[in-house]
Amino acid sequence: MQVAKHHENGVKVSQSTTEPAWVRYLLLVVALGFLSLFLLLPLAAVFVQALDKGWEAYLAALKEPDTLSAIWLTVITAACCVPVNLFFGIVAAWAIAKFSFPGKSLLITLIDLPFSVSPVVSGLIYVLIFGLQGWLGPWLQEHDIKIIFAVPGIVLATIFVTFPFVARELIPLMESQGRDEEEAALTLGASGLQTFFRVTFPNIKWGILYGVILCNARAMGEFGAVSVVSGHVRGSTNTIPLQVEILYNEYSYAAAFAVASLLALLALVTLVIKTVAQWKIQQTLSVAENER
Amino acid sequence: MGSQNQKNNVLPGFTPALGYTIFYLSIVVLIPLSALFFKTATLTWDQFLVAVTAPRVVASYRVTFGASLMAAVINGIFGVLVAWVLVRYRFPGKKLIDALVDLPFALPTAVAGITLASVYAPNGWLGRYLEPHGIKVAFTPLGIMVAMVFIGLPFVVRTVQPVLEELDQEIEEAACCLGANRWQTIYRIIFPTILPAILTGFALAFARAVGEYGSIIFIAGNMPMVSEITPLLIITKLEQYDYAGATAIATVMLVLSFLLLLSINLLQKLSRRFAE
Repeated sequence: MQVAKHHENGVKVSQSTTEPAWVRYLLLVVALGFLSLFLLLPLAAVFVQALDKGWEAYLAALKEPDTLSAIWLTVITAACCVPVNLFFGIVAAWAIAKFSFPGKSLLITLIDLPFSVSPVVSGLIYVLIFGLQGWLGPWLQEHDIKIIFAVPGIVLATIFVTFPFVARELIPLMESQGRDEEEAALTLGASGLQTFFRVTFPNIKWGILYGVILCNARAMGEFGAVSVVSGHVRGSTNTIPLQVEILYNEYSYAAAFAVASLLALLALVTLVIKTVAQWKIQQTLSVAENER
Repeated sequence: MGSQNQKNNVLPGFTPALGYTIFYLSIVVLIPLSALFFKTATLTWDQFLVAVTAPRVVASYRVTFGASLMAAVINGIFGVLVAWVLVRYRFPGKKLIDALVDLPFALPTAVAGITLASVYAPNGWLGRYLEPHGIKVAFTPLGIMVAMVFIGLPFVVRTVQPVLEELDQEIEEAACCLGANRWQTIYRIIFPTILPAILTGFALAFARAVGEYGSIIFIAGNMPMVSEITPLLIITKLEQYDYAGATAIATVMLVLSFLLLLSINLLQKLSRRFAE
């Protein structure tokens, strides 16, 4: 906040740190034009095309049994992935941010790894392990357990692609907060868990929300990895993004966009919560700094 | 390692926390990824070479990497511009625009894909104005690039923005006092400072574009040799039960993304040193 004010004053006061007015307007127009063309226009297009055939057709498209089962599967997938990656994120951040040990930066790089793997490759590796020709394929078939082309495969691939979200948000946050407060709590006789829940957690709760909301958005919206492992069985292994693909490829455009609009709404809600969380994190950090 | 830590750190739980981190990382990420290399290792060197250098595969590399490079360059230029405007200028709706920059992170790729395809289709909102001028975007390599620009944009903005915010305006004032004009200040003072961040954002956007699948396949047209991206080719091979071929191509892509990750990390170290 204060930084912004400083800039505003700086811009007004000093001609030496800004450009002539016409340059400023030109840059502003070009930047906003670029953003409208590449961000706003597609976003508007989703909703306009979803309502192309009116509200009734929109609601009817959402009430299709296949769509409803896709929504259900998506919710289940996210409900499996988010908690396990949340738990991992907190534990990993505790180990990495509060302690120093050799190989730490390598560990952080490895945690980020799923972000740099193509979604298609992320799906493929699970096919190589659990598929019929894979490592565990014959054993799984003997015991009649289906993972690939079934719900467990979708969940596993989604866990992989959403793996880094919470950890990568919490590590820098907890590092910047140091460990003074925790050490004080322990010295005063708090147990380890008490220290975590009473001291650490209040400091990182907005960071957790931030990580969870992004993890959830990706879990519900993942397409490439899920597409490889799902097998596209209607009504049973289709998530919302896969249902969008099927409807689109069948030329039911209005229905495809109606279902897609659900995901676009999710994206907008995600952006709002993310912005609030970011603001709260900044607030927590600056309060902590003032106290010091 | 543990005992060394406990001397100067009274916080509990280091060993179980690190143990669980490494265990979970191994079963979710490292062991599954190693499956790719073990599967590739079952191929002979010749089989591997044939699989990854077939003409259709090489054409897909050209399309994927060419379009990714172009998209990353466009994102590099416009991303810096957007970051500059967001940090330095005041205008109504600035907070909203700032939040909206992250839309490509939040919007599922399939939604982005069908939307871009419909906007740029010959009868779409933009396509109908471009088509008469002979500019075909949807179902051509140009469309692939448009999708890559969309998904890569936040990377450059979000890496350059914080560096610009940290930039001390007193340095610019000093440059001005010493007789530099505005362009010299930008070129000699500001640009070198934000260059590592620009390069990092560029590399991140490039890496993301190379692996991207969902937002591209709808707009690409997917013609073999012309507008077929490498990730799609992997899926095509899988659908034909050519697991060896799919795995070999995936290995090439994975090794390339490791190299990119490595260079991004180096760039980030460089920019951190710059900041200090």
